[in-house]
Amino acid sequence: MTLAPQTTDDAAVATSPAPSQLKRRPRQFKDHGPDSLKGILVKIVLLGLVDAFAVYVMMMLFMAQSWVVLAIAAAVTVLINWIYLRKGGLPAKYLAPGVFFLVVFQVFVVLYSGYIAFTNYGDGHNSTKEDAISAIQIMAQTRVPDSPAYQTSVLDQNGELFLLFTSPEGVVTMGSATEPMSTVTDAVTDGSGKAISVPGYDTLNFNQIIARQDAILDIAVPVSDDPAQGSLRTPDGTTSFAFKPSMTYDAATDTFTDVETGATYTDNGEGAFAAADGSQLSTGWKINVGFDNFVRAFTDPTLRAPLLSVMLWTFTFSIASVILTFALGLFLAITFNRDDLRGKKVYRVLMILPYAFPAFLSGLVWSGILNPQFGWLNQTLLGGAEIGWLTDPVLAKISVLVVNLWLGFPYMFLVCTGALQSLPTELDEAARVDGAGPFRVFRSIKLPLLLVSIAPLLIASFAFNFNNFNVIYMLTGGGPRFEDTTRNIGSTDILITLVYKVAFGQGTGRDYGLASALAIIIFIIVATVSAISFKQTKALEEVNR
Amino acid sequence: MKLPNISATPVSRRVFAMGAFSAVTAVALSACGADNKPATSSPTPSDLAAGGASTITMWVDAERAPALKDIAAKFKAETGIEVKLVVKDFSAVRDDFITQVPTGKGPDLIVGPHDWVGKFVQNGVIAPVELGDKAAAFTATSIRAMTFDGATYGVPYSVENIALLRNKALLPAAVTTFDEVVAAGKGVVDAGKAQYAFLVGLDPKQGDPYHLYPLQTSMGSAVFGTDAQGEYDAKQLVIGGPEGIAFAKKLVEWGDTGSKVLNSNITGDIAKEEFKNGKSPYYLTGPWNVPDLQAAGIDLAIDPLPTAGDHKAQPFVGVNGFFISAKSANALATTSFVTNYLTTEDAQDSMFTTGGRPPALIASFKKAAKDPIVEAFGKIGEGGVPMPAIPEMDAVWNDWGATELDLIKGKADPATAWPKMADSIKSKIGA
Repeated sequence: MTLAPQTTDDAAVATSPAPSQLKRRPRQFKDHGPDSLKGILVKIVLLGLVDAFAVYVMMMLFMAQSWVVLAIAAAVTVLINWIYLRKGGLPAKYLAPGVFFLVVFQVFVVLYSGYIAFTNYGDGHNSTKEDAISAIQIMAQTRVPDSPAYQTSVLDQNGELFLLFTSPEGVVTMGSATEPMSTVTDAVTDGSGKAISVPGYDTLNFNQIIARQDAILDIAVPVSDDPAQGSLRTPDGTTSFAFKPSMTYDAATDTFTDVETGATYTDNGEGAFAAADGSQLSTGWKINVGFDNFVRAFTDPTLRAPLLSVMLWTFTFSIASVILTFALGLFLAITFNRDDLRGKKVYRVLMILPYAFPAFLSGLVWSGILNPQFGWLNQTLLGGAEIGWLTDPVLAKISVLVVNLWLGFPYMFLVCTGALQSLPTELDEAARVDGAGPFRVFRSIKLPLLLVSIAPLLIASFAFNFNNFNVIYMLTGGGPRFEDTTRNIGSTDILITLVYKVAFGQGTGRDYGLASALAIIIFIIVATVSAISFKQTKALEEVNR
Repeated sequence: MKLPNISATPVSRRVFAMGAFSAVTAVALSACGADNKPATSSPTPSDLAAGGASTITMWVDAERAPALKDIAAKFKAETGIEVKLVVKDFSAVRDDFITQVPTGKGPDLIVGPHDWVGKFVQNGVIAPVELGDKAAAFTATSIRAMTFDGATYGVPYSVENIALLRNKALLPAAVTTFDEVVAAGKGVVDAGKAQYAFLVGLDPKQGDPYHLYPLQTSMGSAVFGTDAQGEYDAKQLVIGGPEGIAFAKKLVEWGDTGSKVLNSNITGDIAKEEFKNGKSPYYLTGPWNVPDLQAAGIDLAIDPLPTAGDHKAQPFVGVNGFFISAKSANALATTSFVTNYLTTEDAQDSMFTTGGRPPALIASFKKAAKDPIVEAFGKIGEGGVPMPAIPEMDAVWNDWGATELDLIKGKADPATAWPKMADSIKSKIGA
């Protein structure tokens, strides 16, 4: 957002008549300043634009019949207008945007993940029960084996739709949703022998068919009295086939019955239809499962063993990453902080380069550099040694840490450089006068002062590395795999990559419910660690007193 | 900055501007979360314009979009119905489709490989397509691939499989068994004309069972058995059988501790690069790499897949096709477009011209097969097996890849590692 040039205010103030200024003077003691005419105009115009857009969006929502969102949008619009039109309430004017974004991007996401964590949302439980029933019914419509295809025309008589069939033998019949199959003798045929019209009926063209497609798709005309021969339906308005459902749904008892075997499938309470022998129809639906996902996260034998080691490695990885990047960044910052160093700018630019590359890309490039046989590291630097940097469990962990150090130290270098600039040089001199060596100065004076401003950033860095998906996923993909689990989890997996593998089915299908439960667990861990650390950093600030 | 004499104004204006912006975003965002069901109008039958005003939404990836543009235009010219092509990232199409269809905001139609079908059926997001007599016009493999639980779920348009590429400049004659391939390749290496006897892109982290599958099938080992209808049966996991173990032993022989024919450090990229530079006479890969290799001036021959045992070498065949959403608000128009337009020779020809994938329609394939490379790939595909589309296949890849990788590296004992892999897969899919 650009700021409007300030001169307009001066102009407005200068040109505004004196009496009004006199009138406004008492108001200066309130929590808001007097508005200039221009200011009010700008306000009105901007708010008008916002409201116009809001009304447009609400109209769209009204058309789409999403009432809940419509109500929320209306409430938000009214609130925004009230905040910015009222005279007082300056804090609200400041806080509104921030609070809004916090709600949308943080609170909502956490709450939604929380909601999903209590459902069985995932492969096979993708939607509502209604959807599942209709999907099973759609898929159960199978064509009667060896039944012929009928060429079809769609006719209309006083609003009722009829299908006109021509069998491969040239027999012409017709029927509708209510009228059974009857033979037609006076049909008009085209050159190919397909019946296209019957006197007394209007033949629909393709556009008319499309306009009434839902009604046409619903027409099913039984071929004969024998239900085994199925009913004729037309999927495209030009051809019909005899379809027979392999499954029938009974709404009264809420069961599916397999026409062939006679097996009945009932709602098993777990979001699927199941038969007495336990076999399930593959399409299920989303239901609430309470704390099942959380229980599974800690009891599922394929998850339990790896979860512990993954948790440990996640902590190791994030803490080690913070310490290493901070140490290297600080060291370099101090090194390059000398006033008498030449070409400082060039060095600093070079330092920041790794930070400028997207981690995605760097991960892939490093993955190539570390290839056991063809990687540049083994080939060029180590003279053809075939070291499995990414394929040996221990080396892979080290490689991940080193690459993350390479990616992360520039950030620390930057913030440390900034923080060092702000340290008063008198302290340094005073300490030297007192006879402290350079290391002593660093340990007792510089580092504590630095930590005051940098500690919160270290905590942020920890939280970031705790969920540093890119490096792990692009570099090792979490591998090499653990031997003690059937899940595709490996020794460099951190919690977030494990969650990704669970959620996006790198093996046994997607399981959003379990993944959300794990994500909530991660959230709790990171929030706890951060809260404790922030409490600790308060102690650091006593240095300043 | 020169401060005006009334200091609150600029500040409150700035805040106001931010607030205005956020309000806009607020409303926009809340709109994003809306459940926009397209408002379906039901016009009177005489109202042609309303009938023709409907659009079909189709998700395609950037690569296939150009081929479909012409067909969409033709369809619009003839019927007045617009086919709106939405270009999506290929890697996200499958999951997005599964997630979006239930909300009613999904497309009417998507393009993708046939092995998605199982997941789509499991999630109830796909409708069967009745091809009727048109099915006979497609290659048998492609129709078999699109068949799931006895119903056809897609209209095939291209068939893809791997083959053995040979650099004619290094080796003029074709051989049949894998041992002969290795021997011929070694001869070239010994003569100092190449660096590798044989190349296949593996992955040092995951292996690549897809490319090694023809060698596995030539020894009589498959992943899943088939039921009476010839469809894969998840209950019959046959990969752990004795033929599989024999293949596992072979992997160790070919791997790091043996003849080093298979090298897990050679990724797909490295393999392609080395073959492009004429460093190997053989390269096991698919048609997707052919254009680049030809552009690099390699004189290619497409050989039948070499056999390691006394069975036929059957590669996995991937069939690309069109799938209709189960919740399409425009089902009849979409079905008509798919079954009456996309099955035509014109459509399949045009998709071959832009995409370069061998067509699934026999008539179009015959035309495309004037190119000997397409013909050779197609012939190999006829002997192939469709990639299993059953959802259980997802659970196979990881264990399969990791175990083959360990065997190639000589880090595992075939007699124990292979059955262990089979047990691990069994426990996941409950077979």
